[in-house]
Amino acid sequence: MTDLSVDLGFLKLKNPVLAASGTAGYGLELAPFIDLNELGGIVVKGLYLSPREGNLPPRLTETPSGLLNAIGLQGIGVKEFSEKILPRLKKYKTALIVNVCGDSDEEYAAVVDFLNKKEGISAFELNISCPGLKKDGLCPALNPKTTFSLVRLVKKVSLRPVITKLSPNVTDIVEIALSAQEAGSDGISLVNTFLAMAIDIETRRPRLANIFGGLSGPAIKPVALRMVYQVASQAKIPVIGIGGIFSGEDALEFLIAGAKAVEVGTANLVDPGATVKIIKEIEEYCQRKGIQKIEEIIGTLKVKGKRWKKKRI
Amino acid sequence: MNKDPEARIIHKQTWENYYLLSLESPKIAAPAQPGQFIMVRIESSPYPLLRRPFSIHSRSESSLEIFFKVEGVGTRLLSQKEINDSLDILGPLGKGYRLDENFKEKSVAILGGGRGIAPLYFLAEELRSLGAVPKIFYGGKSEAELPLREKFEKNGFDLFCSTDDGSFGFKGLVTDLLQAELGRFEPVLIFACGPEGMMKKISELATGKKIPSQYSLESLMGCGFGACWGCVRRIKRGKREEWLKICQEGPVFSSREIIWLEEER
Repeated sequence: MTDLSVDLGFLKLKNPVLAASGTAGYGLELAPFIDLNELGGIVVKGLYLSPREGNLPPRLTETPSGLLNAIGLQGIGVKEFSEKILPRLKKYKTALIVNVCGDSDEEYAAVVDFLNKKEGISAFELNISCPGLKKDGLCPALNPKTTFSLVRLVKKVSLRPVITKLSPNVTDIVEIALSAQEAGSDGISLVNTFLAMAIDIETRRPRLANIFGGLSGPAIKPVALRMVYQVASQAKIPVIGIGGIFSGEDALEFLIAGAKAVEVGTANLVDPGATVKIIKEIEEYCQRKGIQKIEEIIGTLKVKGKRWKKKRI
Repeated sequence: MNKDPEARIIHKQTWENYYLLSLESPKIAAPAQPGQFIMVRIESSPYPLLRRPFSIHSRSESSLEIFFKVEGVGTRLLSQKEINDSLDILGPLGKGYRLDENFKEKSVAILGGGRGIAPLYFLAEELRSLGAVPKIFYGGKSEAELPLREKFEKNGFDLFCSTDDGSFGFKGLVTDLLQAELGRFEPVLIFACGPEGMMKKISELATGKKIPSQYSLESLMGCGFGACWGCVRRIKRGKREEWLKICQEGPVFSSREIIWLEEER
C-alpha cells in the first residue's frame, strides 16, 4: 500500500486529489456517483455574502478539447450554505475548502468572517481570478498590488489557512504568486481559467452571452503545467496545481513539476467519477514504480543543468 | 441517477439524418420516467469533450432508446456507432413530465416538432398505460422529417401529422393543426417538445383555453447533474423569477413557469 497522504503544512490531505471549485457544485452533486470520503478534499463553489444571479445564458460552449464558460458565479450565499449545505457536507471525512468571492476586498473579508467559526471548514480558497464576471475579465489577481492588499486583509480576519487562487491571464505569474506569499497566503492554487472567446459564424454572435469566458479542460493543461512549474520553483508556500487534469498521468505531471496537490475541475463534469479514477491511477503508478509515499515524487523533475529560475528583467 | 460505463448498443435504426439507438442498461432504464434524459459520453478521448444530453425515447426493464438528428460533431460521431459498441452513460437525469392526476379515459394532446418528438413516445406510452387517450401531433418541414410516423401508427396511437411543405398530412404548422383540432376534442393536459417558437405558440393557445400544459426544454449542458450551472433558464416559481438549472429542476416545466425567449434576429 502506497501512502498517498500529503502535508501542505497547514493542512494534511489523505491524498493529493481535490475536486475544484465550480465543477462539483457544493460537493453533494457528486455524491450520487462517488464516495466523497475517498477524496483528498472538496473545494466548494465560490460563495459571496448574498445569493447571486450569475450571467445570462448561453453560459457555456465547447471548443476543441476545452470548455468555455461564463457562469458568473450564480449561487447561494454564505447563510444558506452554512444552514443547508455545510451540515451535510461536514459528515464526510475529507478536507473541505470553501472558495471565497467578493465584489470588494471587504466582501471577501466579510465572507471569511462569517464562515470563520463554522465547524467543518478546513481552509479558504480566495477566488481572486474568475474571468467570467466582468466583460473584460478584470479581477484582483491580474495585478501584484491588488493581490497583495486583498490577501493581506483576508489574512488579518481569517482563523483558518488561506489559499490564493491565481489567474493565468498575466504576463508574470511568479510575480503575482510571490505577492500573495508576501501578504501571508498559506498556499497558492493555480490556474483558474484562461480568458477566451468563441464565435458562431452562422449568426455572427459570440457563443457566450458574456462574449468572454474562461477556458478550461485538456486544451489548457500544458500551459497550466508550465505556470505551476514556474511558481513551484520560486515560491516557499505550497502550490496546488490545476488545469485540464483528466487522468492519473496528468495529475502526476503536476506533482513532479512541484505541486503538492491537484484540483480536478472540468473532468468532473465529463465524468463525475474522475477524481476517484485519478486517485486509483496515481496509486497504480506508485506501485509500479515502487514508490512508498507519494510525497517522494513531488518536485522531482529531472532537468539537465540548473532548474528553471525566474530572471529579473 | 446512475453511471453505466458500458451500455451496449443492441439495436440501431437509421433514416435520412435521424437515428435511433437502443442501449442495454437495466440500472438506468428501470427507474426512468418520461421526460427524463441521459448524458452520453460519445468518445473516451477529449474530443468531443462534454457528454451530450438525450431524452429517453422509450424504455423497457433492461434497455432504453435515444432518438436524435445529426446536428453537430457529437451527434455525427454518435450516428457512426454500431450494434455491440458500448457507450458510457449517466441517467436517468432531471425531472420528467408531471403525471400525478387521474387520467382515466381523459383526452390529452402531445405535440412534437422535428427532433423534439424524442421524449414523447415514452410519454405517450406512459399516458396510455395510465388510462389516458392521447392524440399525437407530429410536425416537421417535410415528410422526411417525420421518421417516427410509422412507429406511432403501428403502435395504435391516434396520429395527426403536419409538414411545412405539405408533402405529408396537414400543410402548415403543427400549432395550426392543434388549433383546428381543439374545436373537436378537449384535452385535460397538453404536452410538447420542439423548437422554442412552436412551444411558445402552443403555450399561448393552451393558456387561452385554460388548458394546463408542460414543455420539455433544451439547452447545451456542461454536466447534466447540477454541478456546473451552465444550462439555466429564467423560470417563475410562485412570485419569484430565477435562473434554474434545466438539468436538475427540468427539463420539463409548465406553461406557468416558463418565460419564453424572444426570437433573435
